[in-house]
This record gives sequence, C-alpha cells and structure tokens, in this order.
Amino acid sequence: MTEQTLDARGLNCPLPILRAKKALKDMKSGDVLVIHATDPGAVKDFEAFCRSTGNALLDSSAANGEFQFRIRAHG
Amino acid sequence: MSEEPAANTKRMSIIVTKGTLDWAYPPFILATTAAAMGLEVSMFFTFYGLVLLRKKLDLSISTLGNAAMEMPVMGMHMRMPNIVGMLPGMDALASTMMKNLIKKKGVASIEDLREAAVESDVQMIACQMTMDLFEFRREDLIDGPELGGAATYIEMATKSDINLFI
Repeated sequence: MTEQTLDARGLNCPLPILRAKKALKDMKSGDVLVIHATDPGAVKDFEAFCRSTGNALLDSSAANGEFQFRIRAHG
Repeated sequence: MSEEPAANTKRMSIIVTKGTLDWAYPPFILATTAAAMGLEVSMFFTFYGLVLLRKKLDLSISTLGNAAMEMPVMGMHMRMPNIVGMLPGMDALASTMMKNLIKKKGVASIEDLREAAVESDVQMIACQMTMDLFEFRREDLIDGPELGGAATYIEMATKSDINLFI
C-alpha cells in the first residue's frame, strides 16, 4: 500500500474532484490518496464522489481553513 | 480503476445551447464531474452553444437581459442597469471583471474544463443544422466532436439516466 498526496489548495469546484479522479486512476486498489483543499464545497462533494465511485472516504477533517481528505482507491 | 463501461454504467446527456462565458460553465462542470464519477457523458452542442467547440475560444458575457447579475466590487455587489449595460464597451468591461474573478478564485477556465472533458472521453456532438445555419466549417472546431442531428440526440437521451438542457 502506498500513500500519495494531492495539493488542491486554492482550487475551486470542480477542480479538486477532477484532480483527485486523475490521481486515483493511476493508483492501485488499496492505495491511499491524501487531498489538501481550501474549497469548503469539497467536503460534501468528496462524500458524494466516494459514494458514487466506490472509493472509500477514510477520513475528512478541517483545520485552519484547510480541509484534508483521505481516500482509499477502489480498483 | 476499471475504465471499461459496464452494463450498469450510468449515463448523462446535456444539450448545450448557450455560448456566453457564464453559461459555458454549467455544462462543462457537470460533464467533467460526471465523467470523473464514472458516468458516460454526451454533450450535444446546438445554436449558440456551438461556439464552445471552436478551436480558439473568445467568450464574453452579456450584461443585457441578465437581470440578477451582480459582481463583487470593493466589498459590495454592483448591479448593472440595462440602460448602462447597453452602452458600448460594457460587455467587454463585465467580461474582463469576470475573467479576473475566475482567476482570483481558483475557478477553472472553460479551455481547461473543455480539455478535461475531451481527456475523460466525454462524447461531443456538433449540431449539423447549426453548422449550416451559422456557416461553421468542420475545421473551425476542435478535433473530436462528431456531427449529428436531433435523432442522434434522442437516441443518446433514451439511453441516459440524466438528460439536461442548458
């Protein structure tokens, strides 16, 4: 299992989702993608994205105006 | 991740009828996001929406008839009355303001979203009738889109779970 980081800070809808999808495409099943974002809309959007795609949202947290998401790739 | 369309793959179709900068966003945002969520997406570009397939995009917004349009200016929101909006140069001014806001807020450009749509295999159809009507040549458009008509769209729509007209 490897972990990869995606810096989506400063990006607005739908770019965090599009960048995450792009990263997940090249990852193996079980690998974890850690996303850093500043778009508050990304919180609800990553929940919906994961529900629809079968990727697992392991963790979603917020601190100091930044959001962090941990997604386990589903192959 | 498997990229093969499975039998249970959801589909979405969008009819794109408007070609101003502001109206170009909803179809491209929804198409790219749906594709990222595993849907098969088709876009049908007709009437003023066809300009969104031009190789070189030169989009602007129209202040006229855009009744609820207001823009943030120095901490306030500014509305433009139609009598002001009709003055020469106002569309250009509003378009420049909008493009600056787009950059400042980290919103993707239409060029980037369109490229993302092409990359994620969004099917694009250019309306043949509109091509004839507005005298577009195939070489005016980006590579990729096929030409088609109403029947092509209806066939796509009958197979889709979501059909939007924008």
